[in-house]
Parts: sequence; C-alpha cells; structure tokens
Amino acid sequence: MKKVTHRNSISRLFLAIAFLLTFSSAITAVQAQADPGKGKELFNSLCAACHKRYKKATGPALYGVTDRHSTEWLYKWVKNSAALIASGDAEAVAIYEEYNKTAMNAFPQLSNADIDDILAYVMEPKAEKPVVAGGPAVSGSGSDSSSGIENNLVLGLLALVLVVLVSVLFLVNKTLRSFAAQNNVELPVSEKRRPLWKAFVENQFLILVSAVFLLLMSAYFAYGYLMQVGVDQGYEPVQPIHYSHRIHAGTNKIECKYCHSSARVSKHSGIPSLNVCMNCHKSISEVAETTQSEGLNEYGVDYNKEIKKLYKATGWNPDTQSYSGETEPVKWVRIHNLPDFAYFNHSQHVMVAGVACQKCHGPVEEMEVMYQYSPLTMGWCINCHRETNVKVEGNEYYDKIHEQLSKKYGVNKLTAAQMGGLECGKCHY
Amino acid sequence: MSSNKKYWSSVEELKDSSMVEALKQNEFSEALPVEGFLEDKEALDDSSTTRRDFLKYVGFSTAAATLAACEGPVVKSIPYVVQPEQIVPGVANYYATTIADGFDFANVLVKTREGRPIKIESNRLAGVSGDANARVHASVLSMYDSNRLKAPQIDGKVSNWLTFDRELSTNLSKVSGKTVLLTQTFASPSTDKLIKEFLAKNPNASHVVYDTVSNSEAVAAYQEVYGVRGLGNYDFSKASIIVAIGADFIGDWQGGGYESGYAKGRVPVDGKMSRHIQVESNMTLSGANADQRIPVTPSVQKEILLGIYGFVTKTSVNISSASSKVASGIAKELVASGSAGVLITGIQDKAAQIMALAINSALGSKVLNTASPKLTSVGDAAQVASLIKEMNAGEVGAIMIAGVNPVYSLPNTAAFVSGLKKVGVTVSFASTANETASLCKYVATTPHYLEAWGDTEINKGNYGLTQPTIRPLFDTRQFQDTLLQLLGANVAYDQYIKENWSTSILNGKSFNQALHDGVFVSHNSSNTAGDFTSQSLTISKPSGLELTLYTKTSMGDGQQANNPWLQELPDPLTRTSWDNYLTMSKADAEELGIENHNVANGGLNGSYANVTVAGATLNVPVLIQPGQAKGSVGLALGYGRTQGVNKEMQVGINAFGLYKNQNSVQSVKVEKASGEHEFACVQLQRTLMGRGDIIKETTLEIFNTKDKSKFNPVPVVSLDHQETPITSPEVDLWDEFDRTVGHHFNLSIDLNACTGCGACVVACHAENNVPVVGKSEIRRSRDMHWLRIDRYYSSEETFEGDNEKKDNFSGLGDSLSGFGEMEQPSDNPQVAFQPVMCQHCNHAPCETVCPVAATSHGRQGQNHMAYNRCVGTRYCANNCPYKVRRFNWFLYNGNDEFDYHMNNDLGRMVVNPDVTVRSRGVMEKCSMCMQMTQKTILDAKRDGRPVNTGEFATACSNACNTGAIKFGDINDKDSSVAKSLEGDRMYHLLESVGTKPNVQYQVKVRNTKEA
Repeated sequence: MKKVTHRNSISRLFLAIAFLLTFSSAITAVQAQADPGKGKELFNSLCAACHKRYKKATGPALYGVTDRHSTEWLYKWVKNSAALIASGDAEAVAIYEEYNKTAMNAFPQLSNADIDDILAYVMEPKAEKPVVAGGPAVSGSGSDSSSGIENNLVLGLLALVLVVLVSVLFLVNKTLRSFAAQNNVELPVSEKRRPLWKAFVENQFLILVSAVFLLLMSAYFAYGYLMQVGVDQGYEPVQPIHYSHRIHAGTNKIECKYCHSSARVSKHSGIPSLNVCMNCHKSISEVAETTQSEGLNEYGVDYNKEIKKLYKATGWNPDTQSYSGETEPVKWVRIHNLPDFAYFNHSQHVMVAGVACQKCHGPVEEMEVMYQYSPLTMGWCINCHRETNVKVEGNEYYDKIHEQLSKKYGVNKLTAAQMGGLECGKCHY
Repeated sequence: MSSNKKYWSSVEELKDSSMVEALKQNEFSEALPVEGFLEDKEALDDSSTTRRDFLKYVGFSTAAATLAACEGPVVKSIPYVVQPEQIVPGVANYYATTIADGFDFANVLVKTREGRPIKIESNRLAGVSGDANARVHASVLSMYDSNRLKAPQIDGKVSNWLTFDRELSTNLSKVSGKTVLLTQTFASPSTDKLIKEFLAKNPNASHVVYDTVSNSEAVAAYQEVYGVRGLGNYDFSKASIIVAIGADFIGDWQGGGYESGYAKGRVPVDGKMSRHIQVESNMTLSGANADQRIPVTPSVQKEILLGIYGFVTKTSVNISSASSKVASGIAKELVASGSAGVLITGIQDKAAQIMALAINSALGSKVLNTASPKLTSVGDAAQVASLIKEMNAGEVGAIMIAGVNPVYSLPNTAAFVSGLKKVGVTVSFASTANETASLCKYVATTPHYLEAWGDTEINKGNYGLTQPTIRPLFDTRQFQDTLLQLLGANVAYDQYIKENWSTSILNGKSFNQALHDGVFVSHNSSNTAGDFTSQSLTISKPSGLELTLYTKTSMGDGQQANNPWLQELPDPLTRTSWDNYLTMSKADAEELGIENHNVANGGLNGSYANVTVAGATLNVPVLIQPGQAKGSVGLALGYGRTQGVNKEMQVGINAFGLYKNQNSVQSVKVEKASGEHEFACVQLQRTLMGRGDIIKETTLEIFNTKDKSKFNPVPVVSLDHQETPITSPEVDLWDEFDRTVGHHFNLSIDLNACTGCGACVVACHAENNVPVVGKSEIRRSRDMHWLRIDRYYSSEETFEGDNEKKDNFSGLGDSLSGFGEMEQPSDNPQVAFQPVMCQHCNHAPCETVCPVAATSHGRQGQNHMAYNRCVGTRYCANNCPYKVRRFNWFLYNGNDEFDYHMNNDLGRMVVNPDVTVRSRGVMEKCSMCMQMTQKTILDAKRDGRPVNTGEFATACSNACNTGAIKFGDINDKDSSVAKSLEGDRMYHLLESVGTKPNVQYQVKVRNTKEA
C-alpha cells in the first residue's frame, strides 16, 4: 500500500509540473490580465454542473466560446440569459432552441472580471494526452526497477561473501588434515551411532505422544476448515460494472447513505437504483484524467468505459442529453448474504444505535472493489452485542428501561446483550 | 477320545440321504433371481469394472460432491433502474381499498411489500362497513392463483385486446334480439351509472342482477315496506335481546358483517350484556354463541315466527301449541325489552321477512337502521329464471356475464347451458376459465380486485373506494373498462369514478382524502317509517327431511375454491376441512343406519347418503352434527367446483343442484348409500368431559352477584396439607425472574366476544407463512395451524351440567360408564369456542426438554423458537400441555407432493419476507408475531419516543373484528391487557399445571335465564 501512495504523489507532482509547463504560455496568450486559476475555481463551483470545457454536456462545450461569441455578448448571456432570449437576440434564441429550450441559470453575481477569469480558464487548450499519461508511467516503473536492482546487488554480494567464506573454511580444513597426516597425529574416529529415526520408532512412548499430537493437530485444522465453510469473508466478486467505492466514498467523500438511503428506514441498506447514479453522472460522463490514468495503470480499469456501461443500462445518451427509454437493469453480484433465517435490520443499527457503516463493512472508502470485510457469522454478531453499549442518550424510548436496567445491573452503561440483544427470537423468526 | 456319534439334522438325513446331499450341494432350492437385475451376464463378465472400482467411484464422487458443496452459490441482486418514490425495499406500504366480489363486501387495508400485496388488514376508520372475515383475509392469495387467465380469450384461444374489441363490437352490432347483462350485485354507484348509460345506448339491452346466494325474498320484503331495494341494516350493539329465527347473522346471513356489533353487546359491562335466542335447524355460529338455542326444523321456525308476530302485533294466529309456547316465551322477552329488542329471520319467504320487519317496527326497535339499508345483495331470482326461459326461446342475442358463474351455481344448470348455446354472442368476464367462462365464446379476462379500480356503497351513504395495489399481473381489463370501450367513451374507469364522485358523491370534499381513507360517509337521510300490510304465512308440513343449505365461513359461495388457505380452514363447528357434507342429527342418523366412527389412525369416517330434491339426487357423505334439529339436515354450498381449479382443490359436492328456486330450504328424501367417506377433521374430541377449568363459564347472574372465587377460583395444590393457590411462589418449582423491566407481552382472549369465525386463523397463515398440508395430512392430524379454535359441546344440556355430573361420580363403576357417556355430546348442546395458540408460558415445559436449546424464553414474555437450531426431536411437542407445537413432517414449499401456493412462483409472492419459511424436520409454533412487536419497538426507537399504548399488535389481534383477541404490554399499566390481567374474569389455561402462561382467557358469561 505504501509504495502505491508514494507513486501517486510522484505522479501528481509530475502532472502538476506538466500542466504548469504546457499552459504557462497559453495563459498569457488569451487574456493578459485574467487569472485562469481563479477562473477554474469559479468554473468548478458554478458552471461544471452543466458545462465541460472540451465536451458537450447539458450545455455546450466552452472551449472556443470566445471565438463563437463576442465577449460583450457573453457578459450579457451569463448574467441573464433569459432576458437575452426574451429580447429576441438571434444568437441566444438559436442556442436556446438547440439545447431543448433549457434555459441557463442567471449569474448576476458575476462581475465582468469574473467572467473574464472563467473565459481565460475555459480557453486553455486541451493538454496533450501522451505527455500527461506517459510521464509518470515511465518514471514510476523506473523507480520500481532501480530499487529491485539494489536489492539484488546486495543479495548477490552477500552470497559471494558466503561462498568465499565456505571455500576458505574448506581449504583450512584440508590444510589442517594434511598437516596432521604429515605429523602422524591420529584423528579421532567417530563411532557408528544408531540412527535417530530407529530410536524414535523403538520408543513406544514417543510414538504414542506424537500420534496423539498429530491427531489433535489434524482435528484442530479440520475444525478450522469446516468452520469457514459458508463464511465468505473476503469475498470479492467481479461486478458487472467496476464501481469504485474508493473514488466515490473515499476521494469524493460521498456519504454512504446518500446512495444507500434505505438503510435509514429499512432492514435493507439497498443497492441504489440507477437513477441515483444518474443524479451525478448525468453531468459526469468522464472521470478526471488523473483518475483515468490511475485506473488504467493501477487497477487496469477504464473508468470512462464503466460510466458508458451505466449510460447503456439507463438508456442515457450523453450526446443528445436524453434518455432513450430502453433500460436494462444491472445484475450485481451480491456480496453480503445473510441466511434467510437471520433477521438483520440496517435502520436499527445505523439510525438507532448510530453504528458507523465501516464497523461491519470495513474501510469501504479505501476499497477499489467491494469485498466482504466481516465474517458475518453469529459469533461475530453476538460478540459485538456483548461489547457494544446501547446508545440511550437522547432517545426517549430508552428512558424508562435504561433506568430500570441500570438499577438492576448496577451499571450506568448497558450493552446490547443486557438489553436482551442475545435472545434467539430477536433475530430468528 | 473323540466321539463316534453321528448327529442327524433331520429324519430324512438318516433314512434317505440323497435329497439332503442334493440340498447340501445347492443350498438355495430355487435359483436366485439375479438375472432380473443383472440382465446381461456376458456383458457383466466382460466388464472390467470390479466391485472395488465401483466403490472407488462412489467414494470419489461423494467426496467431489461434498467439496463442490462447500462453494457458495453466486447470488445476483438487481436494483430498480428508476426506483418508485414510495417504494423502499423492506418497508411495507398500506393502501385502503374495498372488496366487492358479489358475496363479500368490506372496506379493508392492504399491506404491500416491494410492491406486492401480502396481507389484508381490517380498516379501523370510522364509517367503515363490512367486517373482514376469513375469506376476505384469504383473498390476497386468490390474486396469486396460478390458474388465472393471462389474456383475453376467443373460442378458448388466447387473443389480444385489440382483436377482442374489434370482434366483439362488430358481433354485438350484428345481434338481433336482446342483449343481456347478467351480473353480480356491484353495489357500486359508478358501475350502476355506467350500466345505465349502456342500457340507454342499447335499447335492446337489459340488466339482470344475479346473486349466487340469493336474498330475493328479503329484498322484496324490504322494498315493499321501506321502498328501497336493499336489506335491513342492524346494529346489534344497541340490542339487549336478539332473536334470530333461522338467521346465521354471525355467519353469512344477508351478507354478514354483523359480528363486531354483536360482540360489543356480548361482553358484560356494568353487569349488562345482551341476550341472544337462536331458533334454527342447522347448528350455526350464531346458534353456538346463543344463550338459548331452540333447534327446530324450518317449518316449525315459520310457526314460531308467526306466533311471535301474533303476540307482538296482537293478531290471532293458528299454530301448534308447542310452537305457541315457545313463541309466547320469546315474545314476552322481546316486548319487555321494547326498543332494545330485535328479531331477524332468514326464512326465505317474503311474508315472513315482512313479519320480522313488522315485529321490529312494533317494538320500535332502534337496532334496525332504516336510514342506511344494506345494498350488497339486490338480485332477483325470478328475473334469472325468466332469463333462462328467454334464452331457451332464442330471444336473447347476446349475453354478457360478469362476476358470477351461473353454470356452476344455478340449480338448473342444464337449462342454462342449453339456453347459452342458443345465444349468438356469449361473453364472460372472469379471471379463471371457470364453468361458465369455458362455455362462452369470448372471455374478457378480468383482474383481481387488488389490481382494479372501483367504488361501492355497502350501506346507503357509506361509500368505499377500490384502488389497485399492484400493476395487473396479466393482460387483464376490468368489466367496467370493457363496457366503457363498448360505449366508445374515451375514458378509463378510474377517471370515470373520479368524475362521478366529484359530481354526485363528494359534495366538494377531497377525492384523494377519500381514496386515502378508503371510505367516505355522507348520510343525509333519516329513519324511514315502514308501510305494513297484514301478512299471512303458508306453512306446509314437508313429507321427508327438511334440508337447509348454508354457506361455510371458509368457502362462502365457492368463488375462492382454489384458495388453499380457505380449503384448509376447518369449519368452526364440525372442525372438518377440505369437504362439505350432509349434517344430520344423531336420532335421524340412527333411524337411517348412518354412522360416523373413528378409524385406527384417528381419522373420522362417515357413511354416504343419497339426497334427493325433486328429481335431483346427490351422493354426499354424512357428518352427525350435535344440535342439528331432528327432522332436518344441512349441506354447504360452494364446494364441488370442477373448472378453473387445481385438482387438489376439486373437493366436496356441488350442492347448488339442490338450490331449487334459489331457496335455501328444501324438502328432501335421504337414503343411506354404500361406501365410507374419509373426513379431514382436526379435532376428534367433541366434549370437555366435565373439565370446566379448560373453558370456565358462568351465568350473568352469578357474575353480577357473586365473588370471583365462586365463578373463577384459582386452582389450589396441597402444601404441608394446606390448600395453597397455584399462583403462590411457595408451590413453584422455579425461581421467578424479574419481569417488570421493559416490555412484557400478553395476549388476552375474551371467550364472550369470540364467535369462532376463523378470521384470525387465516390472518395467522398470511402473516407467518404457515404451510398448507392438504387433506390426507390433515386427516393424519398433521395440520400446521399455529392458531386453532377448539370447539367443545356439552354432553349434558349445559357445561355446568357436565361439571356436576363428573363431580358426582362415585366409585369405579360410575366413572367407567359415566365418562363413556360424557364423550357423547347432547342433542342440543351448549357450544364453546376457544382459540388456542402457543401460551408462551413463563415456566415453559417445552424449553426444559429441548436437547439443543432451540426453544428458549425471551424477557419480553415470548417463547422463542430458533428453527435453524432445531434438530426435530419433538420432545417439546410431547411435553407441551397445550399441544400447540407443529412439526414439519415434510418440506411444504417447492415440493410437488404439496402442490399448493408455495409450489409455484406466483403463489410464493404472498410469502411474508420478514418471517422464515420453515424447512422439513423442524418444529414451529406461534411466535406472538415477534416480527410485528419488534417492528413496533424499532419504529418507536427510531422516532425516539416510548411505545404508545395500544400500538403493539399481532396478526390475530388485528384480524379480530369482535375484539376478542387483544394484545399488549402488561408493563404498560394503561394497556387493555394489563387491565384485564387484574380483572375478575381472567384465568389461564390449565393453570393447575403451573406453567404461568402469557395468554389470558376471560371467563365466558352466559346470559341464561332459569326456566
């Protein structure tokens, strides 16, 4: 893991440098006084929901917008496009018609200077791909192989030293023996001893002890093997769409319950329906280039292709920005599979007890591919019920029972077990 | 020294050893039939596979299979593409709707999970009419009937609606002669309006309303007196005395739905409860609940009615002295209670019905609500009869049959079928290929009511709405939409209803609110005075036995014959499922030589009899029914369906053939026939044998005047020669736990309010995925009902008499003969019902004997059952004093041997996802609806509030219309169960065993008068 992050930071550094080098000339070319850095911030906060720089989204691609329209016209349009359309401006009406009569939001809060900044940012030409993707890849593999060579070299040297030492020892021994022969010194002759295995076979006690030991060992391992039957801890199936929790929950910090919303009210956490995905992916048809290259290099996944799969399933056409109506549900492979005779309710744990999702599902925000983190065995459930205190504060339901039970057990904090969380019928009915 | 003795093994060896020698050589005198299974000897010899090889293969494949089984299957999860806003997986939605199938009318709630309806609940809003009975609760399963038609049909072939509409409208336009709409009673304002529009557009068309089980005489009587085509609407909670003559009003009399009002008056409050006198021939639910039951034949019922009419209206009548005595007794009580008295009758005679209305009018009875008559059964039997004549005369050019199945349910089916052949265009609106649909050219496949729109006016001014709770499962279209299509109206029926409601019903109120509530009340009429003419009743003495046809609480008119829950629901009185039969009194049976007896495995067998009514003969099994009036027999309608029903469900005999002139009383000739019938009876014992502590009873007088120790004593045991109450901790084997913390659930069953209707049993099936086991398993006493309603007859006239008789036994001789006698119920016994489910004993005998601790106690009072832990020793069932544990002898789901709803994907849709479907070899039992209590608690926790009083419920307590079953938390002192626990009437079943159950029973109080 550490190595990977290390490489990440290196690649990021390279990227940043590459960007800086490529665009430093362009910045000055477009608009001397405008600041594309500020423009980028504004673009990301206000425009990015509907516009992309080099690609059509809900609105048109903005690269080259100043070639298509005059700056003055753009000021008016951005500040209040509806008024411009209403005034019958031909350019404005044409755009309005082209984009299915979807009016652009008015941004009266933007000053002309702000708009200039945004324009400066959007007018930056697209970076050349090979420069971006190739740079870090080469350097990455370089650093990898160099460290390998170093290790090998050290090991080789050590081996050489060992060989030298052994040969020296052999030589010394040989020399000493020849000296002894010359000086007629009698070397002691070792007696022929009974082989160890024969002694062992003849010792019945040892045989018995080792047989018992072997039996116990095999019983132990057999038990261990059988106990993991049906336990799918670490189950990490290949899913029809490579969905990265790392990017969504980790990098972008999307709250778990935004997508798994039924965990709040239902026993199921729910696999989000595809319309939830489309809330964001309507405007995110491609991942950032850094993410894309990261996916290709580290996980062998083309994230953009995965997003295409989502579009296919929902019948969304990103070019026309419309649904075709032809849908095909995604058949996910279920990972967490409790048997039918065990009742588990997500809302009880997530909302009432306030248990973090990660407690059972592990560091999901770091998982590129989702896997089963916990064993999901009954012992595992029970153990947590024994150790976890019930969150009674601020919940009037618990007021009376907490008071009574605290008195009964003489404790202030109550575990789920003390509340009756170990009873069979609470989960099996 | 060795002996030279020679031992012979037989005399033959000594005399002639040749044979012995031969035997020695060939040990088996006959060649073993090895060729049979090792046919080709040569091939076997040539084969290189040795026995050792064979064993190797077996060993290897077993090991391989075992290893392969360790690999878990890949499970797919498929989410919605676009999730509907109101559906959250795992959370139930409830919709208010109304069932109106022509026989059952009720405003109900439908519970849906993930968009599929899984359970019917009662709607408890004010203004709701019609009680959800067992059939209504089971109707959700009928939607998932695998026999439903999946598309419209023309000439028995699958078609589509486009072709269907085109063909039908061209053929209808070419029709010469009348077009007839033959329908059920819809009681629907919008459908009535629509039909009127259809009739206006087609001058040759007419509308005939046909009720499968007819009330035409009563409707005609009500129309004559009050000017409205409807039926009387009674509120029995206002009655202090109820006299019913041949009217099973707790059952299906005039559409039923009266048990909730009745039960309100039957629970003693402030020392008062209503008194109920039942005059009837069959033993019915009403008779079983009555304080005084007078078993007489239908002709005597008429006399008694005439007698009461004479006394109350002070006219002279000419009846026999015996009837006169009974009549005067009843009449005196009626007159004494004045406006709180009511008399109802089920005699199918217009004059008799008018007399009953006249008696109520003379009493000034406030029980009959004439402002809001019942509109659910307005058919006219005479019109149906004349329609058949017209059909046979070739006057009818087209017939459209909706909601009824006349080929099955008419007495003169042959005439109808021959008439149908003369009709040019025959259209059936049906959801299965039933008897009628299979004879019609066009079948316009209709949806189930849970997939359809509709409105109803059950009682005048009480409107209900029907809304779809699921998208139609198949390519179906409701009758009204097809009618709108024929009218050329470019509007869907839901829109049509909405417009009709906003113009003529809602009066400016919100339609969405009405749809949400499912009911809308707009009463603007007051009680109307009746217009009575003097009546005379013709009473003809029949020659043979008098047959009364009735409908069972389970099967009704037979519409839901393909519903396994209903087939398996035992009749409340005979406790027999999967059958109908002739009920007969013991005296008549002895005369005819008819027998009932139990065979070695406990199953009940009965003789067959031939029943003849005016040329029509049926061969039916006979069940001897205690309480059946001598000279009368009974037979249930609704059985013997043959088309559009699974083979397993084609049980019983179609009794509609005897339903001449749609009159339920017929004069019949009964003869014994050969053969024996095997019944599937779930309760073999008939009497309590004087064990009065199982069902404790008392009279209102004792209850009002005496102390608890007199009518509800706590059992005592001897401790140091001192009588100590069983409830005292000193006589307890066990240490008591502290049960005051948290919730402690109790179920209270009021034996006064329980009518035995069985709605709770079906609700329990639906909620807890209880399997259906079929007739032969039921006969082996392997029924799986978690909740049973035991029925007991008294062996003397009263249960009190039984107790006295048993207590007065002295010596062995008395006991031997006496107990034998006490096994036989009396000719007119008292009847008691007792719902029994797991008693959730605090000191449960089952828990201590389980070798694997699969059953254990929760601190909330419930006795838990962990199915996955159970190994099936059945020790627990053997140690249970209440016999409420059920063992899964077989795998009941996905097993072709049990081809009921759990064996097909459609039927399995009804399964409750919160409850495990049990597998073979485990014990199961009532969990006190653990999943429901847990949900209630979780809802409260999530809202951060204490659980409200009355919020806890179980499936049975929710389904109970009479309020007999109540559920709650006894640690919540405001709850009804906490109060009833301290009440005088509370006792526990088999309290003397010391199991400390969490199910309370309330002593049954009878309002009997000493003669």
